[in-house]
Amino acid sequence: MENNKTKKGSTNRRNFLKLGLMSSVTAVAGTSIVSSLAAQEEPTESTGEKVRLLTPDGKMVEVDATNINKYPDAHVSPAESRKGIPNKKFVMVIDLARCKNARKCVESCQKAHHLDYNEEFMKVQLIQDNEEGSPYWFPKPCFHCDEPPCVTVCPTGATFKRDDGIVLVDNDRCIGCKFCVTSCPYSARQFNWGHKDKFDDKSQPYSPETSIPATEGTVMKCDFCPDLLRQGKLPHCAKACPMGVIYFGDKNEDIVTNGEETVRFSELIKERGGYRHLEHLGTKPNVYYLPAVDRQFPLERGFNVDEDIIERYKDVPYVQDLKKQGKI
Amino acid sequence: MDVTKRKRELVEEFSPLMSKTTKTSKIWMIFLGIVILVGLYAFVLQFMKGHIVTGMRDNVVWGVYIINFIFFVCLSYSGAFIGGILHFFKTPWKNSVARIVEIITVLSLIIGPIFILLCIGRLDRLHYLFMYPRIQSPITWDIIAIMTDLIGCFIYLYLTFIPDFAILRDNSEKMPKWRQKTYKYLAIGYQDTTSQRERLHKITKTMSVMIIALAIIAYSVLAWIFSLTLQPGWNSSIFAPYFIIAGLYSGVAVIIISMYLIRKFYNLDHYIRKVHFIGAGVILLVMSLLYGYFTFSEYFARWFSHKTHDVNLLDTLFTRYFWEFIFANYIGILVPIVILFFKKFRTIKSITIAAIIAVLGLWLNRYLIVVPTLETPYLPIQDTREEFIHYSATWVEWSLSFAGVAAFILFFILIMKLVPIIPMSGIIDNERNGKNLKEKRTNNSN
Repeated sequence: MENNKTKKGSTNRRNFLKLGLMSSVTAVAGTSIVSSLAAQEEPTESTGEKVRLLTPDGKMVEVDATNINKYPDAHVSPAESRKGIPNKKFVMVIDLARCKNARKCVESCQKAHHLDYNEEFMKVQLIQDNEEGSPYWFPKPCFHCDEPPCVTVCPTGATFKRDDGIVLVDNDRCIGCKFCVTSCPYSARQFNWGHKDKFDDKSQPYSPETSIPATEGTVMKCDFCPDLLRQGKLPHCAKACPMGVIYFGDKNEDIVTNGEETVRFSELIKERGGYRHLEHLGTKPNVYYLPAVDRQFPLERGFNVDEDIIERYKDVPYVQDLKKQGKI
Repeated sequence: MDVTKRKRELVEEFSPLMSKTTKTSKIWMIFLGIVILVGLYAFVLQFMKGHIVTGMRDNVVWGVYIINFIFFVCLSYSGAFIGGILHFFKTPWKNSVARIVEIITVLSLIIGPIFILLCIGRLDRLHYLFMYPRIQSPITWDIIAIMTDLIGCFIYLYLTFIPDFAILRDNSEKMPKWRQKTYKYLAIGYQDTTSQRERLHKITKTMSVMIIALAIIAYSVLAWIFSLTLQPGWNSSIFAPYFIIAGLYSGVAVIIISMYLIRKFYNLDHYIRKVHFIGAGVILLVMSLLYGYFTFSEYFARWFSHKTHDVNLLDTLFTRYFWEFIFANYIGILVPIVILFFKKFRTIKSITIAAIIAVLGLWLNRYLIVVPTLETPYLPIQDTREEFIHYSATWVEWSLSFAGVAAFILFFILIMKLVPIIPMSGIIDNERNGKNLKEKRTNNSN
């Protein structure tokens, strides 16, 4: 059961979950959170037609058994998904010192969002800032900017900024003008150029919070997995990373966690010199990076991937050197 | 009456142009029709299979379509601008070219927006633009601006057509029934009385000023679609005026080319004379100097200040796009300047050649603004799929582009079948004014 699974997690994460749940219990959070709690805390007493449930504010209520949504079935409609999770301000911190291009974040994200091999919401780039500079692995999700250029230019409001800081795409609304793709300075967005069989899979109703199923002729991108956040879980990438590179949390509570350790967001940024990519553009991203100093792994560890993926980095001067020396 | 007789003469002079279709023009029309049909097939293919049939991918999401869009809209904009100026200042030799300019304006304003529709992934959701409009999006501004401009240009074009429709209506006894009816309907009871004429002149003059303003707004908004983004090659404060100058440059060039073709195929040497070519050539010279100046300023600032991302863009331009860059921004500007600068080079043919070079250079210049910028984003493209790294247009995109050009020419030919390409009312006005002047002079000397 869901309950047991969460108990297996580390205590720290459990705390985060509690925090998450406790602060997301206002009325607007809507039926989904109420019911998720219900499903977890007061499981199937379904002896009759009525079920007694504990609401987030501690009241006992009796509801019809058929009215209970169960995760992951709980569906957040496009209209509901525009509101965001109340009192939250989601933030991600990526510790570049720990990344060794294991690509677990990419793979789990692809699996969860039904993406093909080359479709990546999370990309791992190899960045060498200058000729002398040491190259580093650079996992790049959508930055969920506070001044998102993509949202400003969208002519139909298909892409929108929520109160909890998340920028989502509603592919029911998207007309596919691609203006958002050209206006995003971080190349975070992808377009569905042609039809794919997976688009026809209607077993799960579409929600901007899950980005499944995708639709031909519309835009998609990293969504910060709000469906998991509503359950108080970490996004797929953060959960999958074996190195604990990706911290995720709530800026309002000043807490981020990578699943193993939970830290104060502000302290982490202050102590480790956190920065945002291309700060000068003024987009105010909600993804922070910790510089790649005191690395835990040599860079070469990251070349233990498909030939095809190594080939992506061929323009990086460092990789060209390695190739000359015959090391790759 | 003298005027009535003259009107009849003019109708007799121009009606063969309108009613008879020569063999060459038939062949041309069939050819253009086939090109359009191929384009339609390509469109159906794109509509059914999605944008996968184009060369556009995640990095270069806008390709030839948006370049054609800019190109045609800038034609129409400059047509409106030039037409408005010709009318407003009562340029003495304007009559022979005014209608060409006005037809170019409206046709390109119809064809241009079709190309932006081709960029849209979900045409079936186009109405969402009106159902869920967001005023902060430059695309919404663009829609408003272009629609207003289109309506304004239509009204203006129609106003300039009315006197000719009236002349044709009054002299259409020999014409087929449908033509008589059409002219009667379109002339909306215009009888060419003095008060009617004055009123029409007044309205047309007002509209001519209006469409100049509309055109500037529409084209600035179009430039802003690019310059309001953060992309290194686009985020430039001179883009709006730069686009306007570039638009005028290509607009004048296309007017020269169409003047040449119409003069040649319709034997109108008597009306479209060398003086028109030289006049337009001098305007083209001024525009090419201005356009060259803007182009230089744009690239010079990027090169001199050498911000990393600007340097990356210039690297792309000077390696992968070297010859395109040389053609667009050196040959496409300097050769017309040289041809048009020296008086002895200014023949009808050489001016037309300069115009052709200008048009091709400008189209390539637009290509170099759109594609290389998208190929060099802030974060380097790290991909192994060639089509995702570099853009090259597919046959679908090319055939739709050529279909656009073909539709432009075909509609042009068809409009010339409806009204004479040289405004008859303008000829009469000119003669009337000439007579008045003469009378005045004789009165004065007496």
